[in-house]
Amino acid sequence: MFKLEARPQPSRLMSCASPLIALAITVLIGVCLFIWLGKDPVKGLEIFFVEPLKNAQAISELAVKAVPLLLIALGLAVCVRANVWNIGAEGQYLLGAVAASWVAMQAGPGTGRWIVVAILLAGVIGGAIWSGIVAFLKDRFNANEILVSLMLVYVGQQLLDFLVYGPWKDPDGYNFPQTITFLSVTKIPRLMVGYRANIGVIIAIVAVAALWVFLFRTYRGFQLQVGGMAPAAARYAGFSSRSALWIGLLISGGMAGLAGALEVAGPMGQLTPYLSVGYGFAAIIVAFVGRLHPVGIVFSSLLMSLFYIGGELAQSRLGLPKAMTSVFQGLLLFTLLGCDTLILNRLRWIGVGKPKHSEEA
Amino acid sequence: MRPSRTSLLCKLVACTAVAATAFIGCDKKKEAPAEPAKPQAFKVAFAYVGPVGDGGWTFAHDNARKALEKELGDKIQTTFVEKVPEGADAERVFRDLASQGNTLIFGTTFGYMEPMLKAAADLKNVKFEHATGYKTAENLRTYDSRTYEGAYMAGVLAGGMTKTNTLGVVGSIPIPEVIRNINSFTLGAQSVNPRIKTKVVWVNAWFDPPKETEAAQSLLNQGVDVLMQNTDSSAVLQAAEKAGKYGIGWDSDMHAYGPKAHLASAVANWAPYYIKATKDAMEGKWTTGKAWWGVKEGAIDLVSISDKVPADLKAKVEKVKAGLKDGSHVIWQGPIQDNTGKEVLAKGKVADDEWLGGIKFFVKGVDAKVPGGK
Repeated sequence: MFKLEARPQPSRLMSCASPLIALAITVLIGVCLFIWLGKDPVKGLEIFFVEPLKNAQAISELAVKAVPLLLIALGLAVCVRANVWNIGAEGQYLLGAVAASWVAMQAGPGTGRWIVVAILLAGVIGGAIWSGIVAFLKDRFNANEILVSLMLVYVGQQLLDFLVYGPWKDPDGYNFPQTITFLSVTKIPRLMVGYRANIGVIIAIVAVAALWVFLFRTYRGFQLQVGGMAPAAARYAGFSSRSALWIGLLISGGMAGLAGALEVAGPMGQLTPYLSVGYGFAAIIVAFVGRLHPVGIVFSSLLMSLFYIGGELAQSRLGLPKAMTSVFQGLLLFTLLGCDTLILNRLRWIGVGKPKHSEEA
Repeated sequence: MRPSRTSLLCKLVACTAVAATAFIGCDKKKEAPAEPAKPQAFKVAFAYVGPVGDGGWTFAHDNARKALEKELGDKIQTTFVEKVPEGADAERVFRDLASQGNTLIFGTTFGYMEPMLKAAADLKNVKFEHATGYKTAENLRTYDSRTYEGAYMAGVLAGGMTKTNTLGVVGSIPIPEVIRNINSFTLGAQSVNPRIKTKVVWVNAWFDPPKETEAAQSLLNQGVDVLMQNTDSSAVLQAAEKAGKYGIGWDSDMHAYGPKAHLASAVANWAPYYIKATKDAMEGKWTTGKAWWGVKEGAIDLVSISDKVPADLKAKVEKVKAGLKDGSHVIWQGPIQDNTGKEVLAKGKVADDEWLGGIKFFVKGVDAKVPGGK
């Protein structure tokens, strides 16, 4: 029988191995599910893990899906490390898109390509304003940031709805709730002709590097994390937990807003009420599966996108229901949390046939 | 604790064995694609906005897909992807369906318009069919049902059954289609009862049962005694049932959701169009355009008329249906006034499809303002 007991210190090996073990268990359960549903498990796994990577077009599509998740999750990682629980990245994403759309709609026949920079900046500002409200209310009135940021998601969606149903509605759009399709000059430049992946990929890679440097190689980043982990110790050391609050929220809001701008001026090309597909919420899972580490988040965002796209392909290739995507995502998170137990604890073999030591069994 | 351990081991072994046999089984299946090489099936794909089990819009489209399969048998092969969001994801789905060899692809919601246009611009050898949109391309055409004919027939029943002369509609999104349905419902009711007033509450969603219920309740509070809706769920009919008033089923036969309240269901049947479009594409006769099918083509019907409806009223509805079928009954024929008293269609003039497609006003008798209208 095994016994679970606390480790003297967290296991470094397990903290790296746990996501891999979790993935392995997820795949194993997935295989059983495929068999149970009467599908070829090899084919099923191939569709989920190989097909979304099979050629340049597929990889480009994976990038389109992963970039917003990656950007938002990176921001959230900083925020959570500052011990600020921003649940409202979805709202910040929407507001970034709204601000970016406003700039995009100002484009006229004579506008130059510089407008793309303005669109992206507007996205960052829009998202940061939305998270700034959370920071202000927390700072000034000690309002719970979880509730405030979550509620602002709904306010943001209503604001977007108001705009596309009202003042921003396309006059030639037969009253459909949508803006005009933005002029092509506002389009986020693509990496290659014929592929939808755009410079968002490069921005995301730069952001990964920048945040890694910020968190692990700068004094400010260190202050932020200490302020988050031990506010009292941080105060004693003269670090401001207020600045941790503001920096965490503004960075995560700005990143979410940037993702919104890239989406609305990239693959969308117009603002509609259907801009949000839950990236802001999914990114919370991505951030935690990626261990709140910039490099880890690269992998987790790719994995998450793999599940999304794989789920879609499984529908058209194997006739599996859409729910399969959610099952896989849920399984991964569940097994990861389970395996994480082994970082702080270990299993000890306590022998066989000694009932007095094995009450658990 | 030995037994438990051995039993665990046994289970593990059993599991592995099962998995192994399944693998082998699959391999066997792979080895024997012994089906005689039949002629390449024509591949048709559908992208749905909702889950196929929504009981309304997507359900109706999927039923039509099944009818298409039944009609054309193994000459075709259909595929669908459900719950495709109306954002950046849709384009990927269309491109992927095309890469799978589907040469005819149906997109069943308005929000796919821009993604389909983008995909169609690159994939010239694929034919795209977009439901309820207004933009077309050389290889992208639109199709829709004249749902307003169903609304009109339902209106005839409602006008004959109401005691308060006040009808209510739960509206989804104030686009011309929905405004036209509310207008046609009112015109139908006025054809049997000129004193009719129609009240409207918007929910700004196609599927939101709690909001629909709330909207229905607020209409009932305003003295409405027959409810109609242009949303996808059965919530409004259920609210009518609970209040002891009348309701109308929409998109599919909803009789079972409110057996006492249900007057009739205005249903859309997409199968005739899907069969025709697929045959067009298979026979190389496919050309772009805008299809708008109604009672005449079998795309719209009023079904399950309640026993509570008196025989003479029933006869009136049947007469209208027959008239719509042979083209002798025209719903949108002047004189028609809007609800500010302005004449929008002169006496004797018949509205054409373009005019109908751009309706942004309510007809006389609708006690509401079009949101965002000028």
